[in-house]
Amino acid sequence: MRTELKINGKSHVVDVEPRKSLLDCLREDLRLVGAHAGCEHGVCGACTVIVDGTPVRSCLMLAVQAEGSEVVTIEGIAPAPGELSILQDAFCETHGMQCGFCTPGMILAAHALLRDNQEPTREEIVEAISGNICRCTGYDQIIEAVALAARRMRGRNAPDQVSA
Amino acid sequence: MKPAAFDYIRAKSAAHASALLAEDENGRIIAGGQTLMPMLAMRLARPSRLIDVARISELSYIRDEKDKISIGATTRQVMVEKSTLIAKRLPLLHKAIEWVGHPPTRARGTVGGSLANSDPAAEISLVAATLGATLRYVDETGENSISTDEYFIGPMITALPATACLAGADFPVWSEKRVGTGFEEVNARSSDFAFVSAAAQAALDADDKCARIALGIGGLGDFPVRVDIDAAKDQIEKESAVREAIAEAIADIEPLADLHATAEYRQRVAVTLAYRAVRNAVREAKELAYAN
Amino acid sequence: MSAAPRKFRYISSDRRVLEDRRFVVGKGNFVADIVRPNMKHVALVFSPHPAARIVKVDGSEALKMPGVQYVLAGDELAAAIQPMPNGMPTPEVKRYPLAVGQARYVGEWIAAVVADTRALAEDAAEKVKVEYEPLPFVVDGKEAFKKDAPPVHPAHGSNILLDKTFVWGDVEGDFAASPRKISFSQKWGRSSTVPIETFGVIAEWDAWREVLDVWASIQMPKYADQIAGSMRLPMNAVRVHQDVDVGGSYGVKRGIKQTVLVCYLAKKLNMPVRLIEDRLDNMRGGDAHGPERNFDVEIAFDDSGIIRSMKMEALDNVGAYAGRSPFQLGKPIGAIVGPYKIKSVQYRAIAVTSNKTVQEAVRAFGQSPTNYTIERALDEVAWALNLDRLEVRRRNFIQPHEFPYLIPSGTTYDSGDYPGLVNKVAKHADLDAVYAERDRLRAEGLLAGVGFASCLEPSGGNSAFEPLLNRQNKTTTWMDSCRIAVDALGTITATMHTTSAGQGHETLVATVVGEALEIAPEKIRVSRAHTLDVMPSNSPVGSRMAIMLGGAAFHAANKLKHKMMTIAAHDLGVSLDDLVWNEGTVSGKKNPDQKLTWNDIVLIAHRHYYRMPEDMEPGLTTQHVMQVPNGGKLPTDDDRIQMYPCFSFEFHVVLMSIDPDIGKPEFRRYVIGHDCGTVINPKIVHGMTMGGIAHGIGAALLEEFAYDDQGQLLTQSFMDYLLPSAHEVPKIEAVHQVTPSPLTVFGQKGSGESGYLGAPAAISSAINDALRPLGIKMNSLPLKITKLGDAIAAARAKEAKQ
Ligand code: FES
Ligand code: FES
Repeated sequence: MRTELKINGKSHVVDVEPRKSLLDCLREDLRLVGAHAGCEHGVCGACTVIVDGTPVRSCLMLAVQAEGSEVVTIEGIAPAPGELSILQDAFCETHGMQCGFCTPGMILAAHALLRDNQEPTREEIVEAISGNICRCTGYDQIIEAVALAARRMRGRNAPDQVSA
Repeated sequence: MKPAAFDYIRAKSAAHASALLAEDENGRIIAGGQTLMPMLAMRLARPSRLIDVARISELSYIRDEKDKISIGATTRQVMVEKSTLIAKRLPLLHKAIEWVGHPPTRARGTVGGSLANSDPAAEISLVAATLGATLRYVDETGENSISTDEYFIGPMITALPATACLAGADFPVWSEKRVGTGFEEVNARSSDFAFVSAAAQAALDADDKCARIALGIGGLGDFPVRVDIDAAKDQIEKESAVREAIAEAIADIEPLADLHATAEYRQRVAVTLAYRAVRNAVREAKELAYAN
Repeated sequence: MSAAPRKFRYISSDRRVLEDRRFVVGKGNFVADIVRPNMKHVALVFSPHPAARIVKVDGSEALKMPGVQYVLAGDELAAAIQPMPNGMPTPEVKRYPLAVGQARYVGEWIAAVVADTRALAEDAAEKVKVEYEPLPFVVDGKEAFKKDAPPVHPAHGSNILLDKTFVWGDVEGDFAASPRKISFSQKWGRSSTVPIETFGVIAEWDAWREVLDVWASIQMPKYADQIAGSMRLPMNAVRVHQDVDVGGSYGVKRGIKQTVLVCYLAKKLNMPVRLIEDRLDNMRGGDAHGPERNFDVEIAFDDSGIIRSMKMEALDNVGAYAGRSPFQLGKPIGAIVGPYKIKSVQYRAIAVTSNKTVQEAVRAFGQSPTNYTIERALDEVAWALNLDRLEVRRRNFIQPHEFPYLIPSGTTYDSGDYPGLVNKVAKHADLDAVYAERDRLRAEGLLAGVGFASCLEPSGGNSAFEPLLNRQNKTTTWMDSCRIAVDALGTITATMHTTSAGQGHETLVATVVGEALEIAPEKIRVSRAHTLDVMPSNSPVGSRMAIMLGGAAFHAANKLKHKMMTIAAHDLGVSLDDLVWNEGTVSGKKNPDQKLTWNDIVLIAHRHYYRMPEDMEPGLTTQHVMQVPNGGKLPTDDDRIQMYPCFSFEFHVVLMSIDPDIGKPEFRRYVIGHDCGTVINPKIVHGMTMGGIAHGIGAALLEEFAYDDQGQLLTQSFMDYLLPSAHEVPKIEAVHQVTPSPLTVFGQKGSGESGYLGAPAAISSAINDALRPLGIKMNSLPLKITKLGDAIAAARAKEAKQ
């Protein structure tokens, strides 16, 4: 089925079977492999992408259902090749990962949180990433990364801060 | 874990969806897909055709209609969660909604989808049953409605006609001034379906007497039920009286037993949760002594 | 032995982990990300029966489906390959990637379908007709052990793979001389590490070059050897690409059956073939379950709580095939007394087959269940004597001055300061306040308890349990390697020779090489060689890489440094002893003007042969193959062995409450003290410890591969097998101590399994403390809410009757 998708600001036309999930379409047809398949039944969050501004599970959505929506994947987060977003950099600073498999989903979930909430509490961070299972870290350094990024983002926007 | 092949078509309206269902008995409606997609992936559901209603914008709304709040079937759960109208006028649903999955599933999941799939432990269904919501649907005969008392008939089974497309749910709003709510559930992880859950809404009069009490229990039997504890209305703050009334009211329900919880567990804990929900609802109503 | 930590330049400093950059942008190189031209996909047909004779497999309908390339059943495969290695001297327990003749558990793979896409393969797999004749089966381990139990492998004659009793020291004498004895039984439930990435593998056969290329999410020693063996290929025809990033493993990513299956298909069809397990394949048929162990224990002790002797019987239900499971009963022998001075031990290790999914190596390789049982023993002794549980631990601890300490089973512990760390944690946690909080919670009507666990993490992995449990196996070499090359432009590339699953090995190598050469680790590239370019290595198992890969990298770097200094000495015409190394520049001790910079030496080594010492190889490439410290000996005739060389220590204090009406346990406080010697990268060690605790929380409270009495696996998906989310893991306070190992280059010990070694024990301890007022104890894991709720209700009902 011919489907037009808007991914990371660019339009793509793909021809997919209706049964294909958005996840498989991103990975196989568009070769955007940052979204990962952990369970394919909606529990682990490894496949998280942002659809129309909200993090969703791309395994629980058909590619054909995404027509007309704005999809952002992890590949659309870094400002330029070799340059990290504040949040991505914070994940590196705290080592908010180990194997990296859950990481794109985590970052997208946290990305959406920080867009709406510049001063999240620990509980709010926990809630925002609670749909994303990480088997490696026990979440501590992930939570720390999100809190650090929030601080840095506030610092960047504060008028009395000189940005480097 | 890939679904078996199916056709896909986007419905333009509830009536269109119903007509498409009438064309093909193996057709199935998809909205948010948060329940259906895993079933498709595991090939537990094998529709010949998926009829997508998610884009029917006329089915996505939250409307204040004085004595009731109307919610369109394709309204995303996150919209209910964020709605100030719901928070104010339908506090029980407001409390329950954050127990539904987690943020990414609430972003896609719809109110109608949850009601249509009718999991015995689904929170939205529980609130609908507790408050006695009316469900509206469209089939080849036109617009119809059904009360939740008749709607829920089994685990993942409803009385919705085979060719019907759910259009919305009307949740009654209580007119009393002092209305409190309580919602309790036990689950292994906060995003999982409940082993048992309870929802209560209580109205007190100016003398702190219970004017009205609604109580519902989910996860205990095949579907969420409203339980009548009017017997304890006059002693609503007396734990033993309330517990007794609850125990009596659920005595006939055949409790589910599965990997997650024994029948005894569900039966025992249902009473505790229901009691706590009532207690919290009454407490909350009491705090509203001078609010209005 | 607790020496003051040494000063380091990069080691122990809080530096970033080099691997992280690629992961935060979604540019990891996971196996499912790799696409080969014309690649085909595998889906599996699995057994719905716990035991059945396979009468017929008919793939004819499936073959007619669109896009289908092939349908493979067990008989064809078995005839073409060697059975997979078994490890134990049990030749009749044969294992193949697809069942041959008989299905032995629900989920076992019966046939494989190859098609153009996974979806088409799944469509066709539904059309494969298998005719079964159901057979008697057994799912419970204790039942399977009984003489009349239906044998899972009839040719083997019984379900017993291992039943061996070890006696170290005068157990009967010590029991007779002890005034007090207690006994208890408990069970460690079947769970596993369950990485978020399933196992996946791609194989491609190049018939012209005669090379089999393999990409896999593997974490396994001797992977290429096993592929070559099973496929009957020379080992230099197997090229495993070790630069694949592995999406979590913690022991289980050992998909040899998956690999052999795919390799056979790739070669047979002459097409690249991949199998990426889906979650259902993985949970029921991926052969990656963990230990399931019944313990029966007797303890002999005196009135002051000193434990004199212990008898432990561990019966492990290994599932349908041998796998690594029997050996997971062997490793704990190297720390069978935990951190305690127990003089004598009797240990009976029993491994039985049953009609359940096969086990694989799980984080700590069997040590966590054993620790759970040792710690329960300490609690029981304290409760029997009405003593403080921590005091009893203190009285039994091996003391800091007693290291190196030889335990009865023949292993010497390298170093440790157990009371020191316990005291630090007690002080940080303020134990009086913890108890006061427990009592306050109890006064509120909740059940509340404090739990402790003081546990060892044996590290520097070895396979000494293999010759111990299987005398035919005389392998005592267990090496790891590193090669360092300085190129003609002076930049450094180090290679490691195994895959990596999130443990930060590239950072480890860069940090160690940087430390040795005094060069910033960020400037060093680390690559993971494929197996045709490989040095001998045994992969990250048994918390060994900091010790083994770190050690190999250190020695290779020192060899490089030595070579560069030798070149400088020759060129400058001075003796080696008169030179010093300073960040890569070599200069005279007395005359600092006499010097060669890094680039000068690189130039000589790569371009100016005439300036080189005679007979020295040009270029700057060095390497080191490191053997496990203290390893290498066979077991003695009386079954004593040095298991692992180094012993990290962790101490958990947990405060929990339980709502008695519901049964839901809640964490109120969680403090861990951790000592793994010198820490190479604090971020990595911290993360592993936190992740290990989270995994332990899962094993203790949530996770179980549960079977019904019909042998059906009830928890096949993430909806039923419950991994802890961020909500279920509390904020954890960490306290550190450094007791360096005398056996390693920087004093480091392992930490890859930390947290998991003690968390289940501590949680069980806290819950049993909470239940004490009701007079009940829980004797199994996981402690699911409803199990607790039902037990509490029963106890209260009994109380009400009295
Ligand atoms: S892969 Fe989508 S939630 Fe797990
Ligand atoms: S980093 Fe491995 S699963 Fe999260």
